[in-house]
Amino acid sequence: MVFEVLVMGASSGGHQALSILLAALPAPFPLPMVLVQHRLGEDSDALATSLASRSPHPVLDVEDKYPITPGQVHLAPAGYHLLLGPDGFQLSTAPPVHYSRPSIDVLFESAAHIHGPGVLAVILTGSSADGAEGAAAIVRNGGTLLVQYPASAESSIMPAAALAAVPTALALSLPDLAVHIASLCPDSSSAARPSPLQKELP
Amino acid sequence: MTPTTQTSALEALEIELLLEGIHRHYGLDFRGYAYPSLRRRILNRVSSEKLDTISALTNRVLHDPECMQRLLFGLTVNVTSMFRDTAFYKVFRSKVVPLLRTYPFIRIWHAGCATGEEVYSLAILLTEDALYDRCRIYATDIDEVVIQQAKTGIFPLGAMRDYTANYIRAGGTGSFSSYYSANYDNAVLRSSLKTNLVFSTHNLVSDARFNDFHVILCRNVMIYFDKALQDRVHALFHESLLRLGFLGLGKRESMRFTPHEDRYEAVDAAEKLFRKVA
Repeated sequence: MVFEVLVMGASSGGHQALSILLAALPAPFPLPMVLVQHRLGEDSDALATSLASRSPHPVLDVEDKYPITPGQVHLAPAGYHLLLGPDGFQLSTAPPVHYSRPSIDVLFESAAHIHGPGVLAVILTGSSADGAEGAAAIVRNGGTLLVQYPASAESSIMPAAALAAVPTALALSLPDLAVHIASLCPDSSSAARPSPLQKELP
Repeated sequence: MTPTTQTSALEALEIELLLEGIHRHYGLDFRGYAYPSLRRRILNRVSSEKLDTISALTNRVLHDPECMQRLLFGLTVNVTSMFRDTAFYKVFRSKVVPLLRTYPFIRIWHAGCATGEEVYSLAILLTEDALYDRCRIYATDIDEVVIQQAKTGIFPLGAMRDYTANYIRAGGTGSFSSYYSANYDNAVLRSSLKTNLVFSTHNLVSDARFNDFHVILCRNVMIYFDKALQDRVHALFHESLLRLGFLGLGKRESMRFTPHEDRYEAVDAAEKLFRKVA
């Protein structure tokens, strides 16, 4: 399996979980990392600044049509849905999904559509069911889902909902998630371009 | 092809046929809209109409103008509020208003105004800065229905609490409640705010330049366009702006990935306020 993008979703408790996970992922990371962390209203750039200070990866709030760049953490900005498309990122101010904008379902569903089996998705701690439908769409399109082991999460509702939607997903603690993600994403020097045949594997 | 790629190719074809049909039958061109959200909004409409396929939606849209209107309302995403992005209004007040004062008459184009909340916000700001008498604000949207609603200047009373907080954070200098009167569940805006507003339909995709402007605001509209259409609309704005005119975009929009970047200087990079310099 050759992955093209790592998408992650987190809600309550996500700030700390993401800090731990991002710090444990090898840098430079071979894939673009795309992240929805639920947050409120007209937030500032504080989340990006905080995550960047604790991670070896550059972290930025996405602007419209920003190119999807390997090694970077692309953060869905407060108040916008973030979608992946052929032109790079797209933002949307469409109504909230599961009371959330950005919504994990919206990001994951768009990732599943455009990258199919090339999506590696992670659902972390959160007290919402957002992400479960998107996670199911990713797996339906041949992508791979990892879930933070609910009992190890600050809030177990979101990982549990994702596991209910995709019972076959692997559930791991944060340190094991980082190790597993790193093992699934060999560094770019050894990563070959996916052949059409490889892309057809489930 | 795997079943999923087959499904997805068929879906792409159905979307293409839907957009082609809408363009030819209704004269509305969504073919340059950014694909990810366009697709999502279409699929939402399929499900809200309790249909199974996009082709079934095409059938209904072509034969039922009301269904077209429901689809249009979703495709154009009319999410807005008064003094949305409060910092933008603060910056507009501190960095744009002083320069606008030097003009005897000021023409402003608010493109993609939806139901008008942000137009009235600007009218309030300009009133408080004693500049509104010299302004004419042309507020346009592709959707006739939302323009009609915008013209009324009537908004849900329940929203006023949030809007009051926004107004204060945006640097409002008066009392927000003095700008509306309550009528059952509605807030009716003061008619003096409407005097220099001109509401009209205008389609950024297909309609031409219609005046020269000192200010153009187009916030969170072009995020729904693909790059080629964005470039075309930027060209329309550039030719519609007077030299040293101001262009205001949405908080997360950028000039960086357009060919027009060098024709503007940033007045405030964070709030996406630019000034035409070439």
